[in-house]
Amino acid sequence: MAENSSTRKIWIVFWILFVLTTIEVLLGIFKPTILTDNSLIGVSLLNHVFIILTLFKAYYIVMTFMHLGDEKKSLQFSIIAPMWVLVPYLLFILLSEASFHGAIG
Amino acid sequence: MQKIEVERNVWGGGIKPMVASYGKLMMWFFLMTDALTFSAFLGAYGFQRFVHSDAWPIADEVFNHFPFLHGEYPMLFVALMTFILIMSSVTMVLAVHHGHKMNKKGVIIWLGLTIVGGLIFLGSQAWEWYHFIHGTYEGALKGADGSIAHFVAGTTNELIRHGEVLTGEVAASFIASAKEIHGANLIFNEYGHPLFANFFFFITGFHGFHVFSGVVILVIIFINVLRNTYEKRGHYEMVEKVGLYWHFVDLVWVFVFTFFYLV
Repeated sequence: MAENSSTRKIWIVFWILFVLTTIEVLLGIFKPTILTDNSLIGVSLLNHVFIILTLFKAYYIVMTFMHLGDEKKSLQFSIIAPMWVLVPYLLFILLSEASFHGAIG
Repeated sequence: MQKIEVERNVWGGGIKPMVASYGKLMMWFFLMTDALTFSAFLGAYGFQRFVHSDAWPIADEVFNHFPFLHGEYPMLFVALMTFILIMSSVTMVLAVHHGHKMNKKGVIIWLGLTIVGGLIFLGSQAWEWYHFIHGTYEGALKGADGSIAHFVAGTTNELIRHGEVLTGEVAASFIASAKEIHGANLIFNEYGHPLFANFFFFITGFHGFHVFSGVVILVIIFINVLRNTYEKRGHYEMVEKVGLYWHFVDLVWVFVFTFFYLV
């Protein structure tokens, strides 16, 4: 019973990843104008959608395939906390600098 | 032999901190640092892309080939590569699952399929690189200032340079000083800014090298499984640790796919 439910979970996550990737590919091919013409903080809505879908995929891969969800809370935080702190910080520094570059150079 | 008494508490040793074995814990920390490396690469890519946004190629127009098909099929091939890698992640997690149950036959089947998936992915990447390096039949013109221009389809005296159309005198003087180039490498890139090609080779190359080392490690543990190494050891934790690495490779590809081909 327990074995069946864990393989079931694996296949459910596979289908989630499959559907999310298919949505990304379709959006990438058809590029709806509502999403490409509007932007938030200098990034088009389409790109926001791509990034959010990617983070969802990353969540499922890490939590289910890598079984981080089954580890101790302390281990989960010691892996995820540095990512949540350092990566947004790095991106903020690099990308905000890049947007000034043209104006100065 | 004298028996050493170990104090069994968190800082005294004898138990596993965070209830994960040493190897698994270190694999997690390695992967966390590796993720920071890839974040730095993709962040640097984003930086250069913002700086050179006028000359940056659109990935859809660069990677639009599909094996055995003529015409332009943007996204399809790279989507296929993504599905192959996700699929090999599923077979890997099933191999780990059978390892937990001490089912050698199950581990052999699913691990074998994972290796096949990894090899197909590597082959696809080689194909993608070949086409990018080889370039198009028409090629492009590289001006003396390094800017890239293409002929307007069907003409020999009108050009498009970074979205702007050049005609007459301007086009003629550009053509006179320009050099014809085909494909992309570390020096020039017929599709646009050369940094796009540099980042493409560096990031997908670094990821591809991860896939390659992953396949090598998978083959090694596959041989160990066949030789009953883990059966004798009493557990298949090694399959689980290599599995972590393999899923990480898939995870990185999910991000590379988004930031190179979609955004």
